[in-house]
Amino acid sequence: MMLAASVLEGDRLALARLLTHVENNTGDGQTALRILFPRTGKAHLIGVTGAPGTGKSSLINRLAVHYRGKNKRVAIAAVDASSPFTGGAVLGDRVRMKDLSGDSSVFIRSMASRGALGGLARNTAGIVQVFDAAGYEIVLIETVGAGQGEVDIACLAHTTLVVEAPGLGDDIQAIKAGILEIADILVVNKADRPGVENTEKALRSVLELAHPTQRVVKHHWQALQAVLPAEAGTDGWSVPIQRTVSTNGHGIPELAEQIENHLEYLRASGHWLRREEARLASEVDAILQQTLMLQFHAALPEERYNEVMRQVFEKKLSPGEAASNLVEDAWHTEHREEQRAK
Amino acid sequence: MSEGKIRVLIAKPGLDGHDRGAKVVARALRDAGMEVIYTGLRQTPEMIAQAALQEDVDVVGLSILSGAHMALAPRIMELLEANGQTDVQVFIGGIVPEEDIPRLKELGIRGVYGPGASTEEIIHDIRLAAERRKA
Repeated sequence: MMLAASVLEGDRLALARLLTHVENNTGDGQTALRILFPRTGKAHLIGVTGAPGTGKSSLINRLAVHYRGKNKRVAIAAVDASSPFTGGAVLGDRVRMKDLSGDSSVFIRSMASRGALGGLARNTAGIVQVFDAAGYEIVLIETVGAGQGEVDIACLAHTTLVVEAPGLGDDIQAIKAGILEIADILVVNKADRPGVENTEKALRSVLELAHPTQRVVKHHWQALQAVLPAEAGTDGWSVPIQRTVSTNGHGIPELAEQIENHLEYLRASGHWLRREEARLASEVDAILQQTLMLQFHAALPEERYNEVMRQVFEKKLSPGEAASNLVEDAWHTEHREEQRAK
Repeated sequence: MSEGKIRVLIAKPGLDGHDRGAKVVARALRDAGMEVIYTGLRQTPEMIAQAALQEDVDVVGLSILSGAHMALAPRIMELLEANGQTDVQVFIGGIVPEEDIPRLKELGIRGVYGPGASTEEIIHDIRLAAERRKA
């Protein structure tokens, strides 16, 4: 397939075009992903999440410059929210990444969430795979960054950075553990602002609550494997808190070192493999859900679907019953067609 | 299943710092269901061409109020072509004297919008241009 081959040869226009295919879930995109998938697994995927205003984009800009200084090829996938009403989006993360322009070993792609919840776009995983196969050693993924529910990044990235900043809310905000639980590294950006010590203190105390002694690798909200960090002789990963000032680069080399430490920990502990597996399983499941829904709607006539819905609206059927009936109907319709075909 | 959106790059080349118009257009295009990549101020033609390439946009909108359009537009069109993006449709919004418009059209600029142009007009033209590109 032409596009995949061109991408592997280093053709940047082909890469950009392929990213569009993957984003739009076209047949060509799926074909290319099939070809490229065996070549994935080399890149370090680094997720960057956190509330708006914490400086994620500037931080990514600085980190990318740092990695370029080490001669690593860097790709950035920056996700921004789509308007739920109009379906459009303004993607403004590039504005903060001007230092990277003109560098042909950097590729920045902005994506709109297109209705996906959880902080990423539906096809961000595919985009990241293309970057990986194309030879980008570091892939930075910036999530939408609206707040607490944005945990999809933890399934996609090897190392997840959660970015906080002083003065964006009182200590009670920090105590909402949700998003902190996914952090491999906590970054306190804008550390030149007043209140940074309090922010750090609040985070430290929450870390103690948010990270149970057993770190569980989750798959579909069910525990896939429980990992005990404190076995004799093995070290668990204790989440470091790193101060940075992305406007002038303070703390960036130290942050990169922490990221590197995390990578080594993943490799040494076998977690790299476990996370890869959980990640891929999540991805297959997500695609499976989409595919099954499409097949379901193709198998069941719309009138039957609407009829069942009406019964729910009239309180004659509960949603649970409705779903069971619909699945059974779809199954019977398919079965009948198979019989007819025989 | 194909789920494409119209992707538009809104860029401010040169040293011109007046970005209100660009932001108004960006928001209008978003409200029309398009995905707008906004580059911010002080972009060189090279930066704009690189962004257009990486983002695989359908349309590039240049916001130029400095009068430097006759220097900037040809350079940008040249770079887009050199990068293989001859199918990208380019528009200019801002302050452009009438007499410069024919020359700009010759260069391949699809449309020029001065102050007073309606966002409906811009949205309509961009939709048309994007469809032409996808065809």
